[in-house]
Amino acid sequence: MNAIEVRNLTKKYGNHTAVDHLSFEVEKGQVFGLLGANGAGKSSSIECMLGTKKMDSGEVKLLGMDPVKERSKVFERVGVQFQESKYQDLIKVGELCEMTASVYKSTQNYEELLTAFGIADKKKTYVKELSGGERQRLFIVLALIPDPELVFLDELTTGLDARARRDVWNILSQLKAKGLSILLTSHFMDEVEALCDKIMILKKGKTVFHGTVEEAKTVSGKENFEDAYLWFTDEEVEYEGV
Amino acid sequence: MKAYRTLLKNELKMSLRGMDMVLFAVIMPIVILVILGIVFGQKPAFEGAEYTFLDQSFGALCSIAICAGGVMGLPLVISDYRAKHILKRYQVTPIKPSLVLIVEVSMYVVYSLASLVSLFIIAMCFFGFRMRGSIGLFLVGYLLVIVSMFSIGMMVGGIAKNSKIAGVIASALYFPMLVFSGATLPYEVMPEMMQKVVGILPLTQGIKILKNAALGLPMDNVTGPVIFMLVIAVICSVIGIKGFRWE
Repeated sequence: MNAIEVRNLTKKYGNHTAVDHLSFEVEKGQVFGLLGANGAGKSSSIECMLGTKKMDSGEVKLLGMDPVKERSKVFERVGVQFQESKYQDLIKVGELCEMTASVYKSTQNYEELLTAFGIADKKKTYVKELSGGERQRLFIVLALIPDPELVFLDELTTGLDARARRDVWNILSQLKAKGLSILLTSHFMDEVEALCDKIMILKKGKTVFHGTVEEAKTVSGKENFEDAYLWFTDEEVEYEGV
Repeated sequence: MKAYRTLLKNELKMSLRGMDMVLFAVIMPIVILVILGIVFGQKPAFEGAEYTFLDQSFGALCSIAICAGGVMGLPLVISDYRAKHILKRYQVTPIKPSLVLIVEVSMYVVYSLASLVSLFIIAMCFFGFRMRGSIGLFLVGYLLVIVSMFSIGMMVGGIAKNSKIAGVIASALYFPMLVFSGATLPYEVMPEMMQKVVGILPLTQGIKILKNAALGLPMDNVTGPVIFMLVIAVICSVIGIKGFRWE
């Protein structure tokens, strides 16, 4: 059974098609990168997969289950970090973790997670007083609290400095080795190259590439993956190619 | 149950940090009680009345916290949690997002009860108050007022486009009711013409029920207000539930 199966997912806002017949699967233990410029349809795709937005057509299975009909079963085992994570005004780090942990039947110890992500000393700090990087790490911790089999990380390391990004990569690699499946979006191609087994590049809601990082380099004829990514997403180049 | 308890505990903690509910729901009613107690003392409510002015005002004072929590606190927190996508975050967890709403309602019930108990003790110890009617009946009326006032708040929070609009509507409902329904300014001192006008405020009718129950007057006095409150509760709940948006 695959961790994620998406068939012909289509999402429209009025006349605008934000996601156009998206299809892919993520095997268990794989890291899948969903790439594309801002507005390419990444977040809309993720929200449709999670059921927080209604898709117009298509089919999604998370861990073999329907995320809308079997919501409470699915999200016992799936962790989510949204792109723009907001929080209550007067909440402290420890309280946000405690509240998150309380909604699951079984959880990982959040104190250990905070330690692993280097923010254990912030437990009594207001979330709003954290730095951008600390807050980003906190929201990855929240996604991992349910000890998930599958995790969605939207804009994984935005706001993190170089050191913190490497730390996050290491932790995710360890979790992947233990069998965690990950779907992530990112604007950092070095990160995608380091972590992702498979990638999909979206442009205006359409799939322009689906495969491995190496395949993307071969198809585009670029040595560097970032060049390959830009080759796939850049309009002029593509039209010249056609 | 674990989720409910933990969420309620932490929401209360955050709310206590904010202090505004403590001020508007607990301290303000006590201040007004003390003022009324000092100004009117043990005077009878009117010439020849068997009960004091304060006995008569007790029901109204108890409704201040319900009004603050239900009409002000509830819509603000619901629209705020929707704007901040906090409800959406709960959508991708095993619990129902509606549990979050139940937790918020519970929190404002806790504040209302805290106000009720503190008013009862202070009025009894310092101003010679005693409940002339049946406490059971009073609590039934109290519950009815909570249900209908909270349903107004749920409706406003559920359908307001954003927290700004929710804030405006909540203020437009809260402040007139606080001042003119008899919760702070006693209904009995208002001119007759004004009494007729403020009669359309839901809280005015709610206070009539509480007053009647506290004084142990015959229940058929308040058949009208009871029906009025039930109708408000039903209409607002239906609109609130039908129009509710998580996002």
